[in-house]
Amino acid sequence: MEKFTRISAIAAPIVRENIDTDIIIPSREMKHVSKKGLSDGLFAGWRYSDMDARTPEPDFVLNDPAYLGTQILIVGENFGCGSSREHAVWALAEYGIRAIAAPSFSAIFRSNCIQNGVLPIAVDKTEIGRLAEQAVGGSNGIFTVDLLEQKILMPSGEKLTFDISQQDRQSLIDGLDPIDRTLQLSDQISAFEASRIGANPWVDLRVKP
Amino acid sequence: MAQTLFDKLWDAHVVTDLGDGSALLYIDRVFIHERTGSVALKSLQESGRKVRFPAHAFGTMDHIVDTIEGRDDNTIMPSGREFIEAMRDGCEWAGIRLFDVNDSDQGIVHVISPEQGIVLPGLSLVCPDSHTCSQGAFGALAWGIGSTEAEHALATSTLRAIKPKTMRIHISGVLDKSLTAKDVIMHIIGELGAAGGSGYAIEFCGPVVDAMDMEARMTLCNMGVELSAFTALIAPDEKTIQFLRGRPYAPSGEAWANAVDAWASLKSDADACFDKQIEINIDTLCETVTWGTSPEHALPIDGFIPEPTGESTAKALAYIGLEAGSAIRGTLIDGAFIGSCTNGRLSDLRRAANILKGHHVAPGVKAICVPGSMAVKAAAELEGIDRIFKDAGFEWRLPGCSMCFFAGGESFGQRARVISTTNRNFENRQGPRTRSHLASPATVAASAIMGHIASVSDIDERSSDQLMSAGGR
Ligand code: SF4
Repeated sequence: MEKFTRISAIAAPIVRENIDTDIIIPSREMKHVSKKGLSDGLFAGWRYSDMDARTPEPDFVLNDPAYLGTQILIVGENFGCGSSREHAVWALAEYGIRAIAAPSFSAIFRSNCIQNGVLPIAVDKTEIGRLAEQAVGGSNGIFTVDLLEQKILMPSGEKLTFDISQQDRQSLIDGLDPIDRTLQLSDQISAFEASRIGANPWVDLRVKP
Repeated sequence: MAQTLFDKLWDAHVVTDLGDGSALLYIDRVFIHERTGSVALKSLQESGRKVRFPAHAFGTMDHIVDTIEGRDDNTIMPSGREFIEAMRDGCEWAGIRLFDVNDSDQGIVHVISPEQGIVLPGLSLVCPDSHTCSQGAFGALAWGIGSTEAEHALATSTLRAIKPKTMRIHISGVLDKSLTAKDVIMHIIGELGAAGGSGYAIEFCGPVVDAMDMEARMTLCNMGVELSAFTALIAPDEKTIQFLRGRPYAPSGEAWANAVDAWASLKSDADACFDKQIEINIDTLCETVTWGTSPEHALPIDGFIPEPTGESTAKALAYIGLEAGSAIRGTLIDGAFIGSCTNGRLSDLRRAANILKGHHVAPGVKAICVPGSMAVKAAAELEGIDRIFKDAGFEWRLPGCSMCFFAGGESFGQRARVISTTNRNFENRQGPRTRSHLASPATVAASAIMGHIASVSDIDERSSDQLMSAGGR
């Protein structure tokens, strides 16, 4: 997993509420049993005026040359709602998105971001408006997202601090595989399991025929 | 200290507190499907890891598999076979019980998990599928996760999670016989908004919930995620126990007695403190349908499409192809779909069949019924429900998610307007440019007959008109 400490990049505004994971990656774009090869289908319904022919939709922000190389998205409330498909985050990450600022995220999408080194930044609704204004024009303004200091530095020089749970912050900074981290607690897990099943034998299916 | 049901379930599964509101939780059951589970198994295999507790993991083929008679591993979706084979190989490698394509117990994960007694009160259960909250109807800590988290749960029997806040939705009033849990939950989403439950675990309670059977409770909890909630929950009661008794994976004998004892404490204490309390009265509730592209775009059947309030609603109107100010009732439809983990259970099919009996779908309407599981299908056929559907001009399919979502195979077509018992009316959800309107099975059946978005009462009226003219002849 790629570590996240600090990035400086172009930010693209897509400030609509309830952008669901079907929009981020339509199901038909999830063609293989793989976490790869998904960025081409990112926002396919909005990005292409003809999805089959892959004709770019000129009005879609990421098709504007000024936003080439975008690594930050500024979006509306409840981003990533809907289907749990992690493909949404895989597609975003593969496209190059490293951080997303939204007033709120769906819980599953948020966890999926953390699992994949993408930083979800919870930002007040009014501040989303400010960020979006500064993101107009794309390459004219570079944003810096600093996870160590929990700050966004806008092109105007304004700073915005954000909160994130220490667990998530550390996972992103370390970039360690979460399964490896948990496997270090194997003994504790086994002890917990033994006492849970001991007290509640009905939980255990191994005794079933 | 007084605790909510959610607090109790959470505490019972904390392996270790990770500080800052998060914990490593023990996971009692993992359920996966071929769509998101196949990639989790493959990745696990590639990383040289194992499934830690295979007896507590299950798999089903529901998302990509075809639902037409005579199906096999080939699918209408071009690369579907790859998912099905990867899932089967992965489950075999891991030693996981798989409800395979033509298994007599196959079906949609959230339908078969309760049918099999895999979900039980007090258990934690995760699935890489957002509607896992449906299973919270049993008083289980059940929530949807991503594929990487599924890998984590399979490999370690645990998951890291941030504890959500608690919300109690108390539903009072009396549910009219013409209405269903679907109308209730769509109404609630309309009231609270699609982000209304964001950051919360929701417990549904009150006289309306108490009066509901388990299938209706599942419908209610199913759409908890459409409020963006972490999960939804209902405290187990006698109905829960009766539903689960004797199910294949439910405990039996002494273990059953132990379990029932343990479940008695699974309710919020009388003075438990919720972070948020919401009161919903349904005495004036009507049949509910959606007009737009979010479940929050809900309207009473006699309602009018609202004026757009911003870019999101303007885009929704443009996508759905309707005009602000017009009545939703009477909107012409091209398709009708009955099925899914929201409304693909026996009671749902019975309700629809009651309406369809003696009627035929309107010309030009493509109507499809997909039972939620093989067991639902068999039970419906025993009652002759399949005949009623077929006589009415519905296709009667094999179980699966089918056209609840577009996997790249079948759809109703571009710009087709579909009334559907499913849970999501998102853009392109049921197919590229397909327009979806969510409703209850009864409302969908009535609309299919009328050829436009209609109320159940339209059928009653039509039936009595027909009776009168028949009597006069
Ligand atoms: S029926 Fe629809 S909502 Fe339910 S699990 Fe299948 S695809 Fe998801």
